Amino acid sequence: MSDRQSSNAYWQANLRLIWRCMIIWALVSYGFGIILRPLVAGISVGGTDLGFWFAQQGSILVFIVLIFFYAWRMNRLDAEHGVDE
Amino acid sequence: MSQFTLNLLVIGASFALYIGIAIWARAGSTAEFYAANRGVSPVMNGMATAADWMSAASFISMAGLIAFTGYDNSTYLMGWTGGYVLLAMLLAPYLRKFGKFTVPEFIGDRFYSGTARIIGVICLLIISITYVIGQMTGVGVTFSRYLEVSSSTGLWIGAALVFVYAVLGGMKGITYTQVAQYIVLIIAYTIPAVFIALQLTGHVLPQTGLFGTLNASDTKFLATLDQVVTDLGFRSYTGHHQSTLDMVLFTMALMIGTAGLPHVIIRFFTVPKVADARKSAGWALVFIALLYTVAPAVGAMARFNLTATMWPGAETGQTFSQPAVSLEDIQNREDLHWMRNWQVTGLLNWEDKNGDGLIQYYNEAGAANDQLAAVIAEQGLQGNELTTVNNDIMVLANPEIANLPGWVIAIVAAGGLAAALSTAAGLLLAISGAVSHDLIKGAINPGISEKGELFAARVSMAVSILVATILGLNPPGFAAQTVALAFGLAASSIFPVLMMGIFSARMNKEGAIAGMLAGVIATLVYIFTYKGWFFISGTNMLPDTADAWLFGISPASFGTVGAVINFAVAYLVSSATKEPPAEVRDLVESIRIPRGAGGAQAH
Repeated sequence: MSDRQSSNAYWQANLRLIWRCMIIWALVSYGFGIILRPLVAGISVGGTDLGFWFAQQGSILVFIVLIFFYAWRMNRLDAEHGVDE
Repeated sequence: MSQFTLNLLVIGASFALYIGIAIWARAGSTAEFYAANRGVSPVMNGMATAADWMSAASFISMAGLIAFTGYDNSTYLMGWTGGYVLLAMLLAPYLRKFGKFTVPEFIGDRFYSGTARIIGVICLLIISITYVIGQMTGVGVTFSRYLEVSSSTGLWIGAALVFVYAVLGGMKGITYTQVAQYIVLIIAYTIPAVFIALQLTGHVLPQTGLFGTLNASDTKFLATLDQVVTDLGFRSYTGHHQSTLDMVLFTMALMIGTAGLPHVIIRFFTVPKVADARKSAGWALVFIALLYTVAPAVGAMARFNLTATMWPGAETGQTFSQPAVSLEDIQNREDLHWMRNWQVTGLLNWEDKNGDGLIQYYNEAGAANDQLAAVIAEQGLQGNELTTVNNDIMVLANPEIANLPGWVIAIVAAGGLAAALSTAAGLLLAISGAVSHDLIKGAINPGISEKGELFAARVSMAVSILVATILGLNPPGFAAQTVALAFGLAASSIFPVLMMGIFSARMNKEGAIAGMLAGVIATLVYIFTYKGWFFISGTNMLPDTADAWLFGISPASFGTVGAVINFAVAYLVSSATKEPPAEVRDLVESIRIPRGAGGAQAH
């Protein structure tokens, strides 16, 4: 039973981490890249605005950082909860 | 050395490399054939995934899609990369822990239903077959352009090559040839891009050159491009012109569609551990980003170079300061020989409509500004005289437009072939795995021996290649609808069912089946309403225009709505029916934790 509780706590921690990452994932692409572009239009980047940069470069770079961040935090979680390989 | 000999040498050398790898990486068991014995390192798998994922469309067409639309088509860049975040967090680690060989197998086991598995197989086959036809035609086109053979001969050569390494090596052979193909394609894509960025902006990195300053005029490159294209009556390059809702839904359809593509998912079955599956998704995106962050620069710079070729004044942002390029120059000038080369293929054409000896390129349907209106009146223009510009030549003709040496052109040809062949092989593996493992072993003959299944897998692979080649020679109408059909179905069927299988222990067989059927049927009906039933032209019930679309949602974006329908129907139906058996709940518990993934290897 204690095993199941530990894996339940592990799963809840994983879900919280996924939610946080997904918020950033949506913010840089759907947010800055598309919907919020008019809001950040005042910040100019190389002949255009920040929203254009996020849509064509920034979102992809943030995606990469997010995946490695998630992988790193999950390795720690795996070890803390004793479910690593 | 002639260009033809160079092309032959470079393409021949790349093919010899793939065959060498195939002989070295023969598969001896089903675990090797389906999953490369789960021994591929995360970095290698990331590279193979990048080649598997980046198709002829990514390599040849995407820069052109961005070039002629600008900011609005950023949806492709975000959509075709953002799916890897979903894969890394929502699907890949758990499916790797599950430790079996195919996507329908997970659906069948998790939802304790042969019916669910068969629906999964049908979705997989529609998605992968639609997708593979485009790759096969891409191989044929590239061959015919660079090796002076007919496109059907080219297709058979490509098919023979895939046959050697896919039938011999299965996943193992495909993985290592994909690694080699990634290296070829990324070199081919990067070299011309770096040269062009240097010429235009002085930046070595195309990614920063895009936001840099134009050498010729000392103004910002993108601002100049905006100026030049609006001068000619086109929409501004960096402006947002399309419906915001449709952009969001289309990006989402591409993202969840990517995460739901079976040939991408099975790549994550090849790594040793669950932690490797997460890390490998990150590496895959690193290797994909090397092309995807360069593509917008290639697109914008190719658009600029094309415009400046047609209007030499545009080179400094003063579009009408010099007359348009003359017919005589196009026919004689050495640095414009690429226009004559590409005219032969039918991808580029021009016509001096007003007979003034100049070829004026502008947007005749656009909102003419005062300056353009004056030019039209003064020069007596009868319409745009650059009558055909195919999106695809933006990448294929790029080295010629920039006057790069012949070996660069040969490498681009080898790169286009590598992109098409690597994706074709991955798709063929997904198809043959579904046939031999899900249909033959799963449904028709469960008692088949390991040796028998390996033989069945090889035969299915050979038959799949033959079918794909024949379809590539005579592409059916739906082949042009890869984006709407393949991504729409992956988004509305496979992604939701996998996600619910992992994240909802309560989801049962009835819910999953009802959800998949509702998502797929809604998506197909919406696509067929605008594109014609089974894509037969003339049978569409409404015109395929933004005004006729429901809430302005294009058929290609509808996969997102289909996914929402799938989730909603599955939830409602599963709440009203009995919960899944205890052993399925244990299965869900077990795939959620990494420990023990190695043991599942025994299958």
